[in-house]
Amino acid sequence: MLSLYVPGHSVVHRAPAGVKLGLLAALGVGLFLTERPAVVGGALVVALAVGLGAARLPWRALAAQVRPVWLWLAVLFVFHLLVTDLRTGTVAVLRLLALLVAAAVVTATTRVTALVAVVEWLASPLRVFGVRPARIGLVIAMTLRFIPLVAERAARIREAQAARGADRLRWGMAVPLLVQVLRMAATVGEALDARGADDAPARRPRRRPAVAS
Amino acid sequence: MKSRDLAYVALFAAIVAVLGLIPPVPVPGLPVPITAQTLGVMLAGSVLGAKRGGLALLVFLALVAMGAPLLSGGRGGLSVFAGPTAGYLYSWPIAAFVIGLLTQLFWRRFNLAWALVANMIGGILVIYAIGIPFTSLFGDVPLWASFTGSLTFIPGDLVKAVVASLVAVAVRRAYPVIELPTRRATAS
Repeated sequence: MLSLYVPGHSVVHRAPAGVKLGLLAALGVGLFLTERPAVVGGALVVALAVGLGAARLPWRALAAQVRPVWLWLAVLFVFHLLVTDLRTGTVAVLRLLALLVAAAVVTATTRVTALVAVVEWLASPLRVFGVRPARIGLVIAMTLRFIPLVAERAARIREAQAARGADRLRWGMAVPLLVQVLRMAATVGEALDARGADDAPARRPRRRPAVAS
Repeated sequence: MKSRDLAYVALFAAIVAVLGLIPPVPVPGLPVPITAQTLGVMLAGSVLGAKRGGLALLVFLALVAMGAPLLSGGRGGLSVFAGPTAGYLYSWPIAAFVIGLLTQLFWRRFNLAWALVANMIGGILVIYAIGIPFTSLFGDVPLWASFTGSLTFIPGDLVKAVVASLVAVAVRRAYPVIELPTRRATAS
């Protein structure tokens, strides 16, 4: 549903999520260390080859993620033609395109659950400060549940105000809506505590319990 | 952090996502539309306070990074963090944190004026202070160019700051979420 993941069984799909994210981060740093068009262009070709060739992603899946910034890239290119030179403009645009395509490939070939696991793993050093990585997964799950809920409550309040004669969207509806959903969130918190997801630390923290989790 | 606080964090991450569903207002000649999502950044800070507000935006960005198309216009995935305007995204948790910090500072005498101060410093100044240099760095564009380019958004941002402040003051009266440390509360 709410994901840009494209199912598949390729080598790229099966590669560990942590490895893919690590390579992407390395690419992000590496591309800014070079000014050579051949290197930057080569990175774009490799990213496209991995996405379209190895991962067998449909062309549309990559294009959809790059499309929103097409105009920006064009503006950037024209700007460089006017202010600097063709070479700098080409490198700047190719660099951003390579990064965008590489990131789109990782997003399209990695399940949300695998990425949540990486986030939990990345957060594990924070245990020292009393953060429990599992609770991060809990917050993410709650957010995904709250999104349709907030949208539905907003629609209901808008209807109620329309029934009383308010014919257009007014910001006054934000206050009752917020109070309503804040109450609901507090209830969810209580329900979680009642089911044993309370604040008691799994093991004794070094200082104060649970600074943030 | 209590379970209730986790639920508040998740709630505001969701609210920022829902605000992304409001159709963005396109600005002629600019590739970036005006969206309602920074309104969510301001609300997160001025309703939840510094820590929970900042965390709410971190959770939101984490979901976007995982491929949920939650940014306005249905964008998402890791690629949005590599784009030239990604600095504005990175600034959101910091902006919410700063707004929350100022709101907590003003909490006792919090009214529309103080709310505006908090929302304009955190929700406009901080966001531009991070977003503008990022654009010039990523796009190899001089600072002045990316600065003048972003001036178009100032009127929209001012409107959002006023709306967020009105809502924050009303929510404080109806359902205050920020609690100051009890030590200082008993002293007053």
